[in-house]
Amino acid sequence: MADADETSKQAERNTNVGDGIAVKKQDIARAKNEGKELTKDEKQRLRKEKKQQKKNKKDDKGESEHENVPLPPSQAVVQCQSQKAPSVAPSLALTPVSVCTSEKPAKSKAEQRAERRARQEADRAAKGKKGESAQQPPSGKSKAPPNELQPVVKRLPEHVQVDDPAAVRKLAKKLERQQIPVRSEYGYKVSLFSHLHQYSRKAPLTQQISIPSTVIHPYIVRLGLQYSQGIVAGSNARSIALLHAFQKVIQDYKTPPNEELSRDLVNKLKPYISYLNQCRPLSASMGNAIKYVKKEISNIPCLCKEEEAKKQLLSCIDNYIKEKITLAATTISAYAIEKISNGDVILVYGCSSLVNHILCDAFDKKRKFSVIVVDSRPRLEGREALRRLVKKGICCTYVLISAVSYILPEVSKVFLGAHALLANGYVMSRVGTSQIALVAKAYNVPVLVCCETYKFCERVQTDSFVSNELGNQYT
Amino acid sequence: MELQAVLMAAGGGSRMMELTYNTHKPLLPVGNKPLIWYPLNLLERVGFEEVIIITTKDVQKMLTPDRLKLDGKMKLDVVCIQLEGEMGTADALRHVQQKIKTDVLVLSCDLITDVALHEVVDLFRAHNASMAMLMSKLHEFTETVPGQKGKKKAGEQRDFVGVDATGQRLLFMANEADLEDGLTIRKSIMCKHPSMRIRTGLLDAHLYCLKRCVVDFLVENKNISSIRGELIPYLVRKQFSKSVNLPNNKDEVEMSQKMEGQTNLEILGSCKDEELLRLTQERSCWNDHHGDMSEAYHGGKVRCYVHIMEDGVCYRVNTLAAYIEANRMVSAPKLIEDPPIHPSAVISECTQVGADSIIGASCQISDKTSIKRSTVGASSTVREKVKITNSILMNGVTVEEGCNIQGSVICSNAVIGRNADIKYCLVGSSQRIEPDGECLTQAVSCNLF
Repeated sequence: MADADETSKQAERNTNVGDGIAVKKQDIARAKNEGKELTKDEKQRLRKEKKQQKKNKKDDKGESEHENVPLPPSQAVVQCQSQKAPSVAPSLALTPVSVCTSEKPAKSKAEQRAERRARQEADRAAKGKKGESAQQPPSGKSKAPPNELQPVVKRLPEHVQVDDPAAVRKLAKKLERQQIPVRSEYGYKVSLFSHLHQYSRKAPLTQQISIPSTVIHPYIVRLGLQYSQGIVAGSNARSIALLHAFQKVIQDYKTPPNEELSRDLVNKLKPYISYLNQCRPLSASMGNAIKYVKKEISNIPCLCKEEEAKKQLLSCIDNYIKEKITLAATTISAYAIEKISNGDVILVYGCSSLVNHILCDAFDKKRKFSVIVVDSRPRLEGREALRRLVKKGICCTYVLISAVSYILPEVSKVFLGAHALLANGYVMSRVGTSQIALVAKAYNVPVLVCCETYKFCERVQTDSFVSNELGNQYT
Repeated sequence: MELQAVLMAAGGGSRMMELTYNTHKPLLPVGNKPLIWYPLNLLERVGFEEVIIITTKDVQKMLTPDRLKLDGKMKLDVVCIQLEGEMGTADALRHVQQKIKTDVLVLSCDLITDVALHEVVDLFRAHNASMAMLMSKLHEFTETVPGQKGKKKAGEQRDFVGVDATGQRLLFMANEADLEDGLTIRKSIMCKHPSMRIRTGLLDAHLYCLKRCVVDFLVENKNISSIRGELIPYLVRKQFSKSVNLPNNKDEVEMSQKMEGQTNLEILGSCKDEELLRLTQERSCWNDHHGDMSEAYHGGKVRCYVHIMEDGVCYRVNTLAAYIEANRMVSAPKLIEDPPIHPSAVISECTQVGADSIIGASCQISDKTSIKRSTVGASSTVREKVKITNSILMNGVTVEEGCNIQGSVICSNAVIGRNADIKYCLVGSSQRIEPDGECLTQAVSCNLF
């Protein structure tokens, strides 16, 4: 297969997990990165002159930090399988995406990184400054406070600063202002993840809300419950459910006197979003959907009547779902079906609604293939994928992830679903996905990641410890 | 608005006529508060701001806020119905259906419980259920019931309740009275839920969360008159009946309706089901059961859930034994925040009042009396050298000197003469016990009609 050949060629050149992009793109990417560095360097120079004393202290720490960084593959291998949260998979073979987007950004390789590091250190040594921590988000283990680098680096999001009491207090105050109950945490926490929230499952959030809930719209309360109990799970399902709930909220909304719909409705939505975040951290797809809805609301002209505005918003949401989710699925499926040939053995992991859709479509179009469903504890989502595929009539095999290296010699392709696609080309998905991709690479099996564009996010993350969602440590 | 509360207070208390022939059931004092205070307090604590109370005219007159001793600002919307027609709870709900705009929480006025209500409502919300109810473990009543000789035979018939493996989904519900030959369980239920647990020691707390479409269904079907007896078993059975394939156009819907002669609950419910909800369920990787080829909830639109309380207080005060038991239990601090001894009661120094006794307002307890495990109602007078054990005295009772009252219930405004010895008796309202009288295991009351 053409893909396989390309992959192996690349593999020779780079010692890492394969990608299938041509050399040109790598060069372009490198140039872009360099360009960015220079401008950032200039800015940093000016700022550092003001903060020189502190920088000198931190310099020693900074230098040692960077030596650890250029080892992405080895870091990636250390996956915490005990989490049931999404993890980062640094492998990316080919990503068929919907028609709207252009090519994927090239994934940086260790060699390029090492060269860049060397250049940066030379610069730093020459000017006596440390600037490159701006490039990577500070890892959870490092002690370098983000306040220092505030002008250069964005502030850390609150959900990865749980071991900082000031951040926790700020969050609590914000929730109190919005009248959302704060979720209680475990007494005993795992120290490796002390920077992440470890919520107790015993006290549900609804205990603290009045029963005919007045502060939070009933549909949102129901949605929060469904998220936290796992009844609505999977990135597409969560987004659709969220948009449906927003439709209900908009339908029931009445503009208070002396207020404008475009401003007030956005303020009304904020506590709901905080509540949903407390029930379960928002996914990237949900975040993008929320941004879209907020943008649409703010774009409503002020002279618009309430009924018309509401109708317009409802139709916008319907269009979003139709375009970004339903049509995208059809398009991706049409493209991916071309990659499936008769006699293929396809490996899927867990339950991804998009991958299931593709396989069912391919079966409808009379392709002959069989599927191997790989599953992992504790969620055992693969059972659901298995049920749907078998119900359709597809021949399936079911294994647990521990058997993946035994079964891979029989596999011709791997289809993976994604929770989010990060700005540096990393794929975020269910824990275990990177394991599958690595093993597939070892057996030279092509891996296809299927992801709609509304799951793309601007975040950059190099490992799965920095920011993640933790499961219950006792189940 | 999410839920509206409806409190059923029109029942006559037919199983404890000795108490209710004079005092209406919602106003019977339990722990010196009217019975209706307990469900209202439960609703208020949880956050309800309005309650619709369905009751009779006589009770309505008494339902003023200060009489009810409600602290909060809950709005009571009292609706009267005539008792002559023997209205069932479902009929009453039909009567107020115009006021009902959202899902309903139906309560009975005789429920005393400290359940965490969010557990029931969460089941209702999370699974988008048609009905969610509360049940609790049945407590055996150990106290001797006054006025009854010998052990009471199990007059109450058992409820057979079948739940699935998680203990939350209600699969089967029938009362012993309706089962003639034996318990029959349909094969379709066993196919869908191979593991079912049937429990008989459960008390139905008569607390139901019902969807709006169920209320609409009740309006259409006038032959259902009791929620507990008819509607709930119907809903439980309906979960597994062969679902009507939704017809594509309206004409077919009307035709099928005429053929059935009864509006189909599913059609009423599922028309509201949106396309997006279906889409969500399709894309979600969750299923409530495993090992089957069917989708979540087996594709059923009607779902009934139950929350079974394993520990905690839950009583339905509809028999005399329950009434006595409830009086004992409410002295537990969980339910009443007021101190057991009302500050306005005048208790002289040489009396012994046990810690588990409740003394009402404006009582006068004289010297050398001993009150143990008892409840003394408001404005009662207890003279010297009286021994009261394990008893319940309602409001306005006068007890003369030297009496010995044990295990009895003295209704309001009764007068117990001097040196009377009353054991395990039920003294009716405004009755007089002669001085030096002896009553043993009797019910002293005027003739019931």
